[in-house]
Formats: sequence, C-alpha cells, structure tokens
Amino acid sequence: MVTYSAAAPPRVVVVTGVSRFLGARVASRLAADPRIERVVGLDPHEPPTALASLLGDVQLIQADARAATGAMDDLGAEAIVHLAVTGAPDPQHGGRAAMKEQNVIGTMQLLAAAQGTGRLRKMIVRSSTAAYGASFRDPGVFTEDTEPRAVPRGAFARDILDIEGYVRGFRRRRPDVAATVLRFAPLISSTADTTLTRYFAQPFVPTVFGRDARLQFVHVDDALEILHRSVVEDHPGTFNVAGAGVLLLSQAVRRAGRIAVPLPEGTLSSVAAVARNFGVGQIGLDQIDLFVHGRVVDTTRLVKEFGFTPRTTEAAFAEFIEAHRTGSALTADRLAAAETAILDGIRRVRAAARGNP
Amino acid sequence: MSTEDYREAVSFQLADGVPPGPLNGRAALDGHRPAEPKADTIDVWDRRIARGLAFLRRRLAGAYEVDEFGFDPDLTDSVFYPMLRVLYKDWFRTEVFGIDNVPDTGGGLIVGNHSGTLALDALMLSVALRDTHPSDRRLRLLGADLVFRIPVVAELARKAGATVACNPDAERLMSGGELVGVFPEGFKGIGKRYADRYKLQRFGRGGFVSAALRTGTPIIPVAIVGAEEIYPILADLKPLARLLGIPYFPVTPTFPWLGPLGLVPLPSKWLIEFCPPIPTAHLTEHADDPLMVYNLADQVRETIQATLHTLLEKRPDPFGL
Repeated sequence: MVTYSAAAPPRVVVVTGVSRFLGARVASRLAADPRIERVVGLDPHEPPTALASLLGDVQLIQADARAATGAMDDLGAEAIVHLAVTGAPDPQHGGRAAMKEQNVIGTMQLLAAAQGTGRLRKMIVRSSTAAYGASFRDPGVFTEDTEPRAVPRGAFARDILDIEGYVRGFRRRRPDVAATVLRFAPLISSTADTTLTRYFAQPFVPTVFGRDARLQFVHVDDALEILHRSVVEDHPGTFNVAGAGVLLLSQAVRRAGRIAVPLPEGTLSSVAAVARNFGVGQIGLDQIDLFVHGRVVDTTRLVKEFGFTPRTTEAAFAEFIEAHRTGSALTADRLAAAETAILDGIRRVRAAARGNP
Repeated sequence: MSTEDYREAVSFQLADGVPPGPLNGRAALDGHRPAEPKADTIDVWDRRIARGLAFLRRRLAGAYEVDEFGFDPDLTDSVFYPMLRVLYKDWFRTEVFGIDNVPDTGGGLIVGNHSGTLALDALMLSVALRDTHPSDRRLRLLGADLVFRIPVVAELARKAGATVACNPDAERLMSGGELVGVFPEGFKGIGKRYADRYKLQRFGRGGFVSAALRTGTPIIPVAIVGAEEIYPILADLKPLARLLGIPYFPVTPTFPWLGPLGLVPLPSKWLIEFCPPIPTAHLTEHADDPLMVYNLADQVRETIQATLHTLLEKRPDPFGL
C-alpha cells in the first residue's frame, strides 16, 4: 500500500464535462501543470472543434460515468473534478430530460464509480449559488451554512440541491476522500457564453417589474484558478465562489448600455415559456427566480481557505461589457455628451437672454 | 428615454432637485464654491441644474455603488430623503431628544415602538438620525418579509437600506458597524386600534436581543410619539384582510372613504427620544440564554413605555405646534 502525503498534488486527475467550455479549460490547465502526470477527460459527447485544440494533452474517454465505472479504478484516479453540470436545457441535445439525466443521474453514477476507486483522494464538484433556493424570508447574504428555506422553482436549482445531497452521502461513505463543493456565482468573462451572458448581450433586456435583483458574478479565470487550486492543494469543504460586491440588475443593464423592459412576473414567465417553445430566448424559472429574489453570497471562507480573492463583481462585469460594446444604446460616453450639450445649451440661452434685455 | 421625458426629468430636478448637502441645513454650500471653475458666471440655479444633470447621467449609466444588501446611498440621499424631509419637517414638525445617546461610530441596535398603520415612523426615525446626528448616521431598517414580497415596495425598501428581519442579516450589519433599526412589535404595533395608542404590544421572542448579545452591540431604545395619530385605526376589517392576505385592513376617519386622499397622514406633532444605550459587550456568552434574553427585552420595553409617557406629557395636544 502506497501512502500519499496530503499536500502532494494528485498524479492522475479525471475531469468530467470536457466537451463544454469550463471542463475543457480546467482539463487543459491541469494538463499544463507539470506536477500532474495524467489528465483524463470523461464526457459522453465529443468536444466541439473550438475546444478540441485545448485538449491536446488530455486523454479523452467518450463515455458516461456508468460505462467508466471500471475504468475509473483502472486509471488509478486520485482526483475527480466533476464539471458535467449543465445550467440550462439544450434543445439540440434532448432538452430538460437530457439535462436532468446528465446533472442528477450523471452525478449519482459518477459518485458511485468514485466510491469504488481505491486511490481516490479528492473529489471536486461544481455546484452553484442556486443551492440556496429562493424565498422571501431568505437573509440578504448567504453564508455556506445557510439552509435553503424553500425548494426553488427552477430546474437547475433543483438539480443542484439533488447533486449536493449526493455529495453529502458520498462524504459519509468515503470520509477519507477530501470533497470540495464549489458554489459558483454566475460565470462571466469576455468570451464565456452562458444563458446570462446572452441575456445581457441583447439590446432590449426583459426584467421583472417592481423587482431589482442583487446580482453577483465570478470571472471565469478566477473560477479556473479556484478549481485548479482545489485539485493541486487540499481544500475540503463547501465554498461560495463569487466576486465581492453587488450589481443591481437595473444597474447592470444600464452599465451594459442596454434598455430594460420591465414586465410583470406572470407576463414574463409566460412570454419566456412561449419563447422557449419557439427555441428563442432561454429565460427559464431559474432566471426568473434570480431576478425576483437576487442572490448574494459571503466569500470570507473561500478567501481565507484558498488565500485567493476573485476579482470583484463590478470588475468582472466591466470586462464583459467591454467585449460586448456592439448593440448598446445608452453608453456612458453618449450620456456624458448629452449632459454637456444640455448644459452648454442652457448657458447659451441664458447668455443670449442677458445680452438682449 | 425621449427628449421630452428627459426635459421633464430635468425640470423635476430643477424644482425638487435640491442637492443633499445644503438641505441638511449644515453642509456647507460654500464648500462647493471654490471647486467650481467659473464661480463668477455660475449662479445657484446653474449649479443645481448641473448637479441634477450629473445625477441623471449617473443613474442612467449605472455609475453608482450599492452594498451587498442592495442599499443605494446615492438614490437615498438625492431622492428619498428630500421627499421624506417634507413630511419630517413641515408636516410632522419633528423634534428629537437624546441624539447624544446614539454612538458616533460602530454598530448599534435601535429598538423603537411601532405605530401608524403604515410604517412611516421607521422612515422618520432614519431621517432623524441622518439629519440631527453629528455624524449623519444612517439607519438600516429590518422589515417583515411581507414588505419584501410586494413588488416595487420590496425594491424601494432594499434601495433605502432595509433588509429582511432575520438574525443573520442583523448580525452582519451590526458587525459591520451599522446602526440597525428594529420594531419588535411588528404588525401588532402598527395595526393596533387608536384606542390602544401608546400601549406597547408584545415584543415577540426577543430575537433582536440575541442578535445584539451575539455581536456585543449596544441596544438603544427609542420612543416615537406622533405616529399613532397619523392614520387613527377605528376598526380593523379582519375578514377583508384575510382575503387580501394582509395582516390588517384599517378603517380610519379618511380611509377607505376618501380613496387615495385617505393616504394623506394627519399632521400630528412628532417627538422622538433616544434613551441611554444598554451595553451588551459583557453579555456575549448569554446570547442563547432565554431568561437573559427575555429580561433584557423586557427592560427595553419598559424603558420605551416610560419614555413614551414622559414625551406625551410634553405634548398635551397631538396636533399642536
């Protein structure tokens, strides 16, 4: 029996969900780390060509976790990074049913496979701040110990609750494995393509009337850094991962130079449902819950444990705006120009009036 | 926004867009003068227009900061407080006593009596602290979850610095050195009938005391006289309230008879007195001791009730000057 020092980075790492943006990036970063000998990408889908170039040094296994149960032990996986968690149903890949299959059943099977992997020391699972649910009695700021007060309406949020439930079970059965659960705020960057980034890229942005949600984002690069550190260092526990500070939805829309279209909650839900049926727009109950309740988390525990502070929500969003300049109507420059023009106009009129009494 | 709307908004700023500083009565108008480049050609109105336009531009560009609870100081100082000050000064003629009892820095839990059908007393209390305290302190109110269920109201409450009444939020704010305002009577207080005016209702489970004990924050009782008379509740239509899902349905001399006019509060005379703070720093380990919590809550309640009586003696006529 070989003993491992807790501090040493694992030699073999399995990453799930490498056919997607975050998974591919994490796998490629781990493969570039000289301390890690072997990175295996596990995904039932083939990575798209845009991501395939990232995965040059990653050994790909095109299978779901169930099929890979035996392989996991044979590979001698010492760490598993579970990123095959989808935020929104993809109509091209089976919609909500496939999403639930991947998120819930996929996690269940992966954890079952991991349980039988003798050399496993680390389990890192991607979760979301949606784990806190959405209720009007919620505290303004969630710490990791806050329990959800109501089962959320959104499909993704319910999947997240299930996933975290399975991880709790896994922790009980394999107390020797350091399990890290990372609850990410919505990811944002100049290139990230998520439901929320597509939402803010539209010229007209539907919002919920009479609500102004508090939002937080985390920059993709910071998310990658945290994921990388959880693999090469030891950080068991559950952590909120978000940029400090808050943007209100209306404020974010204004900063992006977009125009908010407030709709009553019921109208927005039905319009969004119709739009989804036609395959346009992806606002689901997850987004509506977020826009009604807002979601702000405390990251003290993350900063203390990882010794790393993600860039602020404001900075992360500013970078996103910079990359999505096109399509913005009310930019800060234009507003400043209008302000100067009006002031000058008033002064000219007054000067003229004073000149001809 | 069309040009028409923009102009309208600008002219609104002209009429009401009084800069927050001068309205405090203390902040120096002169302080701004040297900063203006062309002081000789620019008069007061020019400066007001410029400030109004700058405010509008900031709002439209989203160039302002909110804290993690959604508090928007820019909007509160420029829009909410100027509007509330009209009620505070001209309508209710509010007088404040014992402001020295509120600490200049650090956290504090301000516990008050609640009355007046709509929670105007909470809003007036925050104006009182902002305007009469030497350090212009802000009050962070804790509201019932009902407030945060109602669209628009929820949005305004958060922007004005309120949050849901729960221990995690209260403790977080107090540890951050904020003054937190709480009304333990809740709906029992604001929804009581005129006949029961100035009789303190039950103080709930004393959750506010354990929050203060856990963070070692001083408790400052405050007595508010005047709010009871603004919308005197003659009767409470309970079945209608249940139907609408609200805690009470008030019948006042003007509501619902006069429709929206019934929402105009009666011009009672207001007195607000801050009582000496009750230190709790030495009691931190007793935060979970129900007896200690209950006794302290009772002490706060007695203090407020006694102060209410002395204030009422100072004000024999509720609608006098």
